[in-house]
Amino acid sequence: MFYRNLLPLGLPSVLALVLAFVTPFAYATGNKLSLTGSSTVAPLALEIAKRFEEKNRGVRVDVQTGGSGRGLADARSGAADLGLVSRALKADEGDLQAYTIALDGIAIVLHKSNPVKVLSNAQIVGIYTGKIQNWKEVGGRDQKITVVNKAEGRSTLELFAQYFGLKNSEIKAQVVIGDNQQGIKTVAGNSGAIGYVSIGSAEFEIDNKVPIQMLPMNGVVPSTESVRAGQFPLSRPLNLVSKGPATGSAKQFADYARSPEVYDLVKEQYFVPVGR
Amino acid sequence: MFQSGADKGLRLGTLALALLSTSVLGLIVLFVWLEALPAMQQGPWGFFDITEPWFPLEGKRGMVPMLLGSVLCALGAVVIALPLGVASALFALYYGHAGLVRPYRWMLGLLAGIPSVVFGFWGLTVLVPLIGQVQPPGASLLAGVLILSIMILPTVALTAEAAFKAVPLATLQGAHALGLNKLRIALQVLIPAARKGLIAGVILAATRALGETMAVLMVTGNVVEVPSSLFDPVRTLTANIALEMAYATGAHRSSLFFSGLVLTLLVAMLALYAHKQEHAR
Repeated sequence: MFYRNLLPLGLPSVLALVLAFVTPFAYATGNKLSLTGSSTVAPLALEIAKRFEEKNRGVRVDVQTGGSGRGLADARSGAADLGLVSRALKADEGDLQAYTIALDGIAIVLHKSNPVKVLSNAQIVGIYTGKIQNWKEVGGRDQKITVVNKAEGRSTLELFAQYFGLKNSEIKAQVVIGDNQQGIKTVAGNSGAIGYVSIGSAEFEIDNKVPIQMLPMNGVVPSTESVRAGQFPLSRPLNLVSKGPATGSAKQFADYARSPEVYDLVKEQYFVPVGR
Repeated sequence: MFQSGADKGLRLGTLALALLSTSVLGLIVLFVWLEALPAMQQGPWGFFDITEPWFPLEGKRGMVPMLLGSVLCALGAVVIALPLGVASALFALYYGHAGLVRPYRWMLGLLAGIPSVVFGFWGLTVLVPLIGQVQPPGASLLAGVLILSIMILPTVALTAEAAFKAVPLATLQGAHALGLNKLRIALQVLIPAARKGLIAGVILAATRALGETMAVLMVTGNVVEVPSSLFDPVRTLTANIALEMAYATGAHRSSLFFSGLVLTLLVAMLALYAHKQEHAR
């Protein structure tokens, strides 16, 4: 009698597991929109796509990464409806149309107690390549510098290294971190640390009294405002690109991705929305 | 033998579930193997070249420093957790007052249940700045070892207790009758008699330490280098996968899968050894 009660548990759970593996394939029909490209833009595009799918039943948005290069190539060849590209289009890419969905800016951060308030680009390069190892060499305290770098493949590292003309193998770091939060916690807990994080996340933490400070770049104060106004040097646009003007559901998606309806998603990823 | 219909049904049902759960493991290993294949076709020995650094985007993919990082962190954690665990098991079994031992076991269970991110967060905001005051940057092998030793302590203590309990009472009574004091009984009779169970427990704890990711990632600094002191940063294989997987493509992604395969193999070998130890007579 005891076993009779157990039996109904076994078979349905097997069935449920089998179903869980099979069902995703059953939905792959209907209107499909494919996006490929930059791994910086992909997480944001994926979030926007989820909301877009909820609003437009029957449309499926497929997001794949592979770098901005793949985004450009796929948009050109038509392999993807929209390419994801984490930089502004160049002059010789006039056959493509860019739709900027967000802006990405990064700031150099130090511990709040650090008396250094300005660093030149050359000094930052010197610190990150290990030529400058003590804060007194750049007018600070006699204290060892702890260089905080991002893990390979992160978009912030790519933007940082590209701006300063560095290769990752040239950077001599003492701490390597994953996301912005970890970077901020590391700098906040070490009075001799220097790091770089997304401006959105640094602003949020400074508002919450976390003991860090952002350094100006070329005299421009880092803020979501200066990034949006295009004044802050260490920033870039995140684009959807299409071959010629987008049409149909691709156009619909591009418009939706730029609308205020998704600004909260943009901010969640520590990017800066295009409009107010 | 009489077998009711329900009995047969249950047997089939449990068989199907058991097959499913074991085949999932098989499928995972197969998947990791397939994903790692492109990297292995480029010559798997490149990964173990000590002179080569880890810059996968520039085609350099030496992972020896990270393998060493994983092993050193786990080893250090075992070195700290073993005496603590054994001592606390001895206390709980032979000395502790019942009113004290119950909350102690309860705390140990709680310690085992705390999510690793919480340990990592505590390490990053408390332990790392503390070590940083002694020698910057603070994020170091030492921090990783300390965090891991706290995390594996419950495993070591509980398996040690089980190993001691399995020692026949007659053995202890015999030692007592010979007039040995408690310290000598513990060191020269009890621990040698429980050796196999202790080793099995330690290896179980070591595999957990090897596989731990989040907590280690947050406190060890993650610089790919062979550490020259306890205060140097290290990167473990698991931390490497967690740090880079989300953004890796092509050969980079494949080498990460390869490092996962190496780690899986290492853990599987340790687990096999522990199993053999436990059942050897």
